[in-house]
This record gives sequence, C-alpha cells and structure tokens, in this order.
Amino acid sequence: MAQMNMIQALNSAMDVMLDRDRSVVIIGEDVGYFGGVFRCTDGLQRKYGEHRVIDAPIAEGGIVATAIGMGVNGLRPIAEIQFADYIYPGFDQIVSELARLRYRSAGDFWSPVTIRTPCGGGIRGGQTHSQSPEGIFTHVSGLRVVMPSNPYDAKGLLISCIESDDPVVFFEPKRIYNGPFDGDPDKPAIPWSTHAKGEVPDGHYTIPLGLAEIVETGSEITIITYGTMVHVSQAAAKTAGIDAEIIDVRSLAPLDVDTLVASVKKTGRCLIVHEATRFSGFGAELAATIQEECFWNLEAPIGRVAGWDTPYPHAFEWEYFPGQKRVIAALSNIMEAK
Amino acid sequence: MTRGSRLHIPHPPARPGEEPDFSYLETSPAGAIARPDINAKTADIEHLAVELIRVLDDDHNAVGPWDPRLDPGELQIGLRHMLLTRIFDARMQRIQRQGKITFYMQSTGEEAVSVAQGMALRPSDMCFPSYRNQGLYMVRGRNLVDLMCQCLSNTRDMCKGRQLPIMYHWAEGNIFSISGNLGTQFPQAVGWAMAAAIKGEDHIAASWIGDGTTAEADFHYAITFASVYRAPVILNVVNNQWAISTFQGFAGGEKRPFAARGPGVGIPGLRVDGNDFLAVHAATQWAAERARRGGGATLIEHVTYRQAAHSTSDDPSRYRPKNDAAAWPLGDPVERLKDHLIKIGEWSEDRHEALIKELEHVVQAAWKESNKYGTLTEGPWLDNDLMFDDVLKELPPHLEKQRAELRALEE
Repeated sequence: MAQMNMIQALNSAMDVMLDRDRSVVIIGEDVGYFGGVFRCTDGLQRKYGEHRVIDAPIAEGGIVATAIGMGVNGLRPIAEIQFADYIYPGFDQIVSELARLRYRSAGDFWSPVTIRTPCGGGIRGGQTHSQSPEGIFTHVSGLRVVMPSNPYDAKGLLISCIESDDPVVFFEPKRIYNGPFDGDPDKPAIPWSTHAKGEVPDGHYTIPLGLAEIVETGSEITIITYGTMVHVSQAAAKTAGIDAEIIDVRSLAPLDVDTLVASVKKTGRCLIVHEATRFSGFGAELAATIQEECFWNLEAPIGRVAGWDTPYPHAFEWEYFPGQKRVIAALSNIMEAK
Repeated sequence: MTRGSRLHIPHPPARPGEEPDFSYLETSPAGAIARPDINAKTADIEHLAVELIRVLDDDHNAVGPWDPRLDPGELQIGLRHMLLTRIFDARMQRIQRQGKITFYMQSTGEEAVSVAQGMALRPSDMCFPSYRNQGLYMVRGRNLVDLMCQCLSNTRDMCKGRQLPIMYHWAEGNIFSISGNLGTQFPQAVGWAMAAAIKGEDHIAASWIGDGTTAEADFHYAITFASVYRAPVILNVVNNQWAISTFQGFAGGEKRPFAARGPGVGIPGLRVDGNDFLAVHAATQWAAERARRGGGATLIEHVTYRQAAHSTSDDPSRYRPKNDAAAWPLGDPVERLKDHLIKIGEWSEDRHEALIKELEHVVQAAWKESNKYGTLTEGPWLDNDLMFDDVLKELPPHLEKQRAELRALEE
C-alpha cells in the first residue's frame, strides 16, 4: 500500500496495465513526453516508449477515431481528452461509432477504448474548463460511463475499464485530483493522505463496473451522488446533523439500481446531488428511477441539488457550484416534509 | 473593381433541360504521366495530384509506365467482378422498387474503384468502405446470399436486423462495418494502420469516402494523423461529381483537385481516372507498396461519375441533365475494360453476353435462396430478443428488464 492522490492512482493504473498487457496504448494531447497537463501520464512514455504512449495532434475527433481503429486492430487504447469541455469534436465518433460498433455489426466488431477525461468545476476554469457533461453520455446506449470520487476507486475502476471489452467514458473530477473537497473554497486544501481512500495498493486490483458504494450508512435519508459532490454531501450531512446514507454511484451507466433502491426503501427519503446542470441532467434519471421503484416508501418528494442551468460562469464560481449551503437547505426541506 | 465582397455560390455546369457540359474536367492523355519510384518524396511528385493518371487510351490499348501489366486472366476476373457488382446492384434496385427491401444504393459507373483496388490489395489488408464499395465484397468472395439477407433484414442477416440495407460488414473478409455517418471510417482506418505499424506488421488499411465528404472534419483528421504518424493506409476519395444533389464544387472541387489535399499535409496525392480499371489498379499497387515499405499514406482521388441516383430515395432528374452520365468524358469502367480485352484478343461480344447471362442467373439463384430465410413482410422473422444483444458485451440489468417487458407484451 502507498499514499496516492488521484493523479498518482490513475498513473499507477495505467502503469500496471501498460506493464501487464502489450496491447494497451495511450493516445492524447500532451500525454507523452510532457506527461499530461494534469500529470496523469507522467513518466509513462519514458518507461514504455513513444509507440505506446503517443502524443496526438489537437483533434479530439481524430484521437477518438484513431483509438477506435487501433481497438479494431487488437490494441486496447486509452484515449485522453484533455478536458471534458473539449470532448465535443469527438462526440460523433463516440456516439455514432464507438458506442454502436458492436451492435451494428452484431458482435463481429468492437473496440475496447477507454476515454479518460477530467471534468467538473471548482478550479476557476470558467465555462471551457469546468463542465460536467456526463449526462450527455449516459443517454447514449452502448457506452459505459464511470466517475470515481477517490484515489482507491479511481485506480480500481480505471483498470476495470481498460480490461473491459466495452467502450467507456471515464470522467475524472479534477477538483479532487489532489485532495477531497468539501465545497468550501476558503478552507485550506486537504491532501488525500488524510483520507482512508488515499491508501492505494501498488499492484493490480479491480473494482467491478456497475456497482455503487455506500460511503456512509444512515437511516434518515439517502443521498445519491458521485464525483466531487460525494465529499460535499458528506460534509453537509455532518454539518446538518442528519443521519444520511450516502451512496457514491461510481458507475453511472449501467446503473446499480438495486443498491439505490434498497437504501431509499430503508430511509424513505432521497436527495440527489450532482455538479452538472439540472435540466435533463443525470439526476433526472435517478429521480425517475427512484420514483418508479420506491414511490410507496417515500415520505417526501425526491430532492435534487445540481448546477444552475446556465453555462459554467467564471466570476460567480462559488454562487454556481452546488456547495454545502445548498445541500443542507435541500436536506432540511426534505426532512421537514410530512 | 467591385465594392465589397460577394458570396460565391458554386453552380454545376448544367442543370435539367440543359446539355451536359464537362468542359471543367481537366484530363491528361493516357500514358503521359511518369510513374515515380515508390520512395519518391511527396514534394517531388505534387504534379500527380493535379494531372490524371490514365492507362487505357481511346483505342482501348494499355499504354505508358502506369500499365500494371496484369495477365489477361486477371483482367477477365476483374471484368467479372465489375459485371457481377453491376448486375447485383440493378437487381437489388428493382427489388427495392417492388417493395421487398426498404432501401438500396447502387455503385453503377464506379465499379472499377472497388474491384481494381480490392484486387490490388492483399486479402489481409483491412478495408474501411463507404456505402458504395460493394465491389469489395465481390472481389473477396462473400456469398451473395449473405449480402441479400442483410438487405432483407431476415433471419440470416449478418447485422441481426440492426442496420439499413447495404450497411454490411465482414470480419473474416477484413471488411469493416459500414456507418451511415459519412467519413467516420476514414480516421478509423488510419488508427487501424497505426496499430499495424505499432505491432510491426505489414498489413495496410484502405478507406473510401466521396468527394462531398472531404468537407467533413473526419477527412482532415485522417490525412493529418496519417501524415503525422506515417500510417500505412490508402485514403481514397471517390469523386463521382455528386453528393446527392450538390456537385463537387460544394466540397471545394472547383478550386483544386481533391487529391491536392494530400500534398497539403505532406502525403502524396494521386489523381486517377477512376473509370480506368488498369489505372486504378496501378495507382493502388504503388500506394500499397509504398505503405508496406514504411513510406506511409497516399491520398488517391478517383475521378468517376455516379451514374445512378444517390440512393433509392433520390431523383437525379431534378438536379442534373438526364443524359449527363452518357456524356461523361471518361466513359464507363465496364465497357472500357471489355473493349480493352477484346482489343488484345482475350474477350468477345459473345463471351460478354454469355457472362452477363451467367451472372444474372447467379444473382437470381441467390435471391431465390435468400427469400427462404425470410423477408420483412413474410417470415420467418428475427427473434425480438436479438434487439437487446450486443449493446454491451454482456446484457446489463436494465436491458434484461426491458427485454422481459417486451416479452410480456408478446405473450
């Protein structure tokens, strides 16, 4: 075991896989010689060569497309899209090609591409470096969508994604690359070494795709969340003194419905928390599913805390970011409902 | 001097009711262009992107340094594949008109591209076709019944009922799945070729798009990545002059030949008479050998003409002269190879007629057999459960649930 932040854990996952499997390659902007703008691929080109850790032209559509072709020819590509905000030029290749290849060829062709991409705000990145577009991808049949909330999960999930024969979009909440974040930007930064999930094995291990994790057990309400908001939700429940069961979804698609439903049936109340915009966001799917499965167990309407339905603003970052205040207000609202 | 700018809207030279006009088409005499060494520097052979590589002259002789000197037997096989493609297309078009399949796209007039290229490549080379390359399937010997069953979406459909007619694939035959989204396969072919180079193999990839699709970003991804990584790939632009109703000027063909996009990023561009079987074969051989020896990608523009409608949903009489195809200066690929074979004493009108009859019989027999496996209107039909398979490798819980929901409705 070692202490790792999320960047080191992701680097370790790719290191392990490059070492174990000759077919694993990495392609992306700045990932090679430089080691990535967030350092996630630091040292990997030096270790495995420039034919396996490949610097790419600035063309996200080309990166995804060539990764698809490599996957069809027996490689297991990891494509890095430098920011989730830049994934849109690759959208057609992801949606119409990567996600659909196995289906349209009746299983005769597929391409096991993992697309890694940093997402989310709280880093003063403005609207082109802060988006959370996961809901756009969970809507696409034929994709797996994953978002870890800590270093231990990040490594185990990324290895599972690389080993999976299904295409995956793997979102990395960049605000928590270096440490958990409870939503208060004025507090000093906390490193992952203070957190239990900062303990990461050096070698190979996996966390199964499609399974959520209960990160706090509780009895009064279920908070369904993922990514950075796991930590904000934990802090908010603690501050509010509410005995909340907090579930980290981790695998957004396919979704672990059973874990969510069992919890809400137990607590009878549900709050959904995500950073992405609210309208048609992933929380809408979660709310609909909980309503269908748990309606007769619900003591109060399902609540949602999400980013406002605006582009991600630069100057109003902390008014936009769904911090503890908003989570606490929603929790109180639901708890007070009779 | 005019004042201010003025938007230029390209116009084709002739519209319905007007005489066909191909005066815009720049050609070169057959045999006039030197065949450079396969190691030639791109900068030294830029002229090949604007001239027109031709082998068959007006007297049906094969002339000049690009003559691939194929055995007459091989040429006869090429003629057979082209004719089979044409007869198959014509038959499937009629079948669509009879309402027995929903959709079809013919490759009439462009058969030399797929057939000559398919023959110049090795069977282990990977093809990433567009929807107008059915000739590749003829060359690689796919059972016609399999193609027809796909068009019928019946119980033997290779796509299990999930794709429009003609969106074939063939993993064992090294032909990639066809997408209806234009041009996406172009950079994928480059990725496949990059993997071949990473693995140190000498297989190459080939891909095809139309003139209109060169405007898509995927075209630019493909030529850029192919150039940057010196990928062993042949990137083909089949310039059949028409993208549904917009002529090639709308993709920028008025200003520069499409082949010239190649030298723009540092890969050779070859502009080839796409209706000249021998020229297409020779250009492909050149590009394939160059790629196999580490010389990287080549962009080939095949100058041809889309004789048929874009698809069964299209009506070209609304946007181009009715007799446009007949006036096309580069003739018809089947006729030209036939005339050449007759000229060299290896073919005759009688043999040609006999071959057409034989192939019509082959296609008819395949159609009869295909129907046994079902049509859209008459069973047997595909099991509805198949709809839920292959979304992911394993059936996920939510799809299992949805499948059960559908099953319950059917009971």
